[in-house]
Amino acid sequence: MNKIKNSQTYDVLVSRHNPESASLRGYIIGFLGSIALTLIAYLLTYYHAAGRDVLFGLLAALALTQFAVQLIYFLHVGKEFSPRLKLIVMSCMIIVVCILVGGSLWIMSNLNGRVMPSTKQMTRYMNDQDNL
Amino acid sequence: MSLFNNLAGILGKLSLKQFPHDPLTMFGAGLIVLVPIVIIAILTVTKRWRWLYREWLTTQDPKRIGIMYIIVAIAMGLRGLSDVLLIRTQQAISVGSSQGILSASHFQQIVSAHGTIMIFFVAMGLMFGIINLIVPLQIGARDVAFPFLNATSFWLFFSGMVLINLSLVIGDFSAAGWLAYPPLSELKYSPTVGVDYWIWSLEIAGVGSLLAGINFLVTILKMRVKGMSLMKMPMFCWSVLGSMFLVAFAFPILTVALTLLAFDRDLGTHFFTSGGGGNMMMYVNLIWAWGHPEVYILVLPAFGVFSEVVSAFSRKKLFGYTSMVWAIWAIVFLSFIVWLHHFFTMGAGSNVNAFFGIMTMIIAVPTGVKLFNWLFTMYRGKLDLKTPLLWFIAFAVVFTIGGMAGVLMAVPPIDFQLHNSLFLVAHFHMMIVGGVVFGYFAGITYWFPKFFGFKLNERLGRYAFWCWLIGFLLAFIPLYILGFMGATRRLNHYSASLGWQPLFVVAGIGAVVIAVGVGFQFLQLIFSILQRHQNTSGDDPWDARSLEWSLPTPVPFYNYARLPAVTERDAFWIAKRTHQIDTREYEPIELPRNTPLSMIIGVSILIFAFAIVWHIWWLAAVGLLAAVVIIIRSMDENTTYTISANEVMKLDKLYREGEV
Repeated sequence: MNKIKNSQTYDVLVSRHNPESASLRGYIIGFLGSIALTLIAYLLTYYHAAGRDVLFGLLAALALTQFAVQLIYFLHVGKEFSPRLKLIVMSCMIIVVCILVGGSLWIMSNLNGRVMPSTKQMTRYMNDQDNL
Repeated sequence: MSLFNNLAGILGKLSLKQFPHDPLTMFGAGLIVLVPIVIIAILTVTKRWRWLYREWLTTQDPKRIGIMYIIVAIAMGLRGLSDVLLIRTQQAISVGSSQGILSASHFQQIVSAHGTIMIFFVAMGLMFGIINLIVPLQIGARDVAFPFLNATSFWLFFSGMVLINLSLVIGDFSAAGWLAYPPLSELKYSPTVGVDYWIWSLEIAGVGSLLAGINFLVTILKMRVKGMSLMKMPMFCWSVLGSMFLVAFAFPILTVALTLLAFDRDLGTHFFTSGGGGNMMMYVNLIWAWGHPEVYILVLPAFGVFSEVVSAFSRKKLFGYTSMVWAIWAIVFLSFIVWLHHFFTMGAGSNVNAFFGIMTMIIAVPTGVKLFNWLFTMYRGKLDLKTPLLWFIAFAVVFTIGGMAGVLMAVPPIDFQLHNSLFLVAHFHMMIVGGVVFGYFAGITYWFPKFFGFKLNERLGRYAFWCWLIGFLLAFIPLYILGFMGATRRLNHYSASLGWQPLFVVAGIGAVVIAVGVGFQFLQLIFSILQRHQNTSGDDPWDARSLEWSLPTPVPFYNYARLPAVTERDAFWIAKRTHQIDTREYEPIELPRNTPLSMIIGVSILIFAFAIVWHIWWLAAVGLLAAVVIIIRSMDENTTYTISANEVMKLDKLYREGEV
């Protein structure tokens, strides 16, 4: 490959600059890992493998694990080529995820407390909420 | 007959019954079928197939991809407009004992199609079209970061467009509104394929948009020419950067929400059903967590266009550059924490509603900062009142009226009164048409001469502008009033005693005036093409400031023969004033080869989605072709070609002398 490289085109292809970060092995591990984690979550839920609260905890743990797997094997966190930019993007991502997940949990639990409860749930919810 | 039954098994839910039977739908379907046939016939007669394939279908050049985006968007705009005319006709005459021209279900389908098409295939198409055309030029790049991905994004967008139009010919379309809330969009209440068409069309176009968003995010961050730091970028690039950031973070939510809805419909899951532990409000929550950023995704690049236009036509540099940048990022951040204002009435507590209401009011502040910056840019400028600036002035008025209506609705108790009313419809049309569409019209008029070498006819442009503005106010001011009177959106019939008919008639007249304006725009295009030799515009017709105007017209396929030297903001403006002459050596240029693979991915995904819609499972296997193509492509090392320095020099001379 003796082609004369133009000064800027394709500079962004991280793999050409930093081949270790994008190995085939890493992608396959990430891919199979993601599939396995998804299947485990599905099967646990399908067979109701544990009690309600334990199952919720397990699913959340599996989701976070998959999040980490994809960050490491697909987005190569920790092996970055230009740390500053990646740090910015990463913090933005974490902020957005927190806003969306946290916001959705807040909104939906608030809604459930108000519109879908049994009397017992309603009482519990009202005791939790100072403003009601 | 038994053969037919066998076939019916193979073809899933598809049968002859699914083709249209009533005259109006047959007419629409006929048009949808006729238009491609006419295009194919013209191409065959003029022997242009090879040209089309080589120059356009396989291209990796963002300028050509941008033009294709805009052509698709214009075609879809015509469809969206004809939907409007049907809706308004129906609402003007369907009073009391008269039922109008459309059945209730047909009317709901048309309203849903209008919203979906206008947002996903017109506004998004115009936006990505202009971004493809302008961003690489403004940052001094020869291409986008991932050219193949860029072409693939376009073809996914195109496939989504084809799928949504197929629904007019085969089967029906969703009647569940443009965001298809469950439980109405669940299988139980929408048993036909309409909602499936909606889901898969948006799924495909949405993934295309996501990929394009990531592409331009990386392009702007990594491909700027040497010397152009972020704070030296033209304001259009800043606003695109903000918008693409939102695309990258918001569109995955859409993909997930649609996938879960598809699971509910096709696999019997219970994510959004009332029974089985599902919660339909979770869908509304997810879709708006995408949907609110989407509004800003559309409007931010339009803001960027206005920044360029106002400064070019006031002959001043942009006022308050730094505050503009901060305003963009404030909007980006705030747009992620306001989504609940779309469903204040779902029953959440006052804490939740108050938080999102206040955040919504705050987002008006950075928008106001931007508006004042534009006005200050115009202040004591030497105004050149050409159509792009007229579009800006109309935008400033309309957007402010609509924006104030929005702040009003951000107050939860008031929203309880106005939720789902025509007041809301008037508000968001003022934002999307007054903000986004006017912005892209200004942008197209402004940048048109850069790519075609002649200006658009100014007189016809003004006629179009005034028709648009007057028609627009006629069409939407009555809706504010109707909204206060209690008229809800998607209303296909109402009682004569309500006294709404005169206002609906005025709104209908407004729609017709807008249609006349669109007619003038087509006349403008035709006349401008006919008179192109009288109206040649040169390389820099507006005496503008940013780098794209330094290029020869039409822009060479490699953009820059020598990469521009940038030391300051508005580098081209300074170069013009100081008469700098570029004496640097030419260097070889590496560019991507054309390839049909992007198109093949798009078509195979289209067939896949069609098969899923109709449950033709064997046909869905075609989707695997896309995966095969991606694998083949990723093995290909030979995806670029190089133009030698000598050739670049010769080409540059030819382009500069206008020989090409």
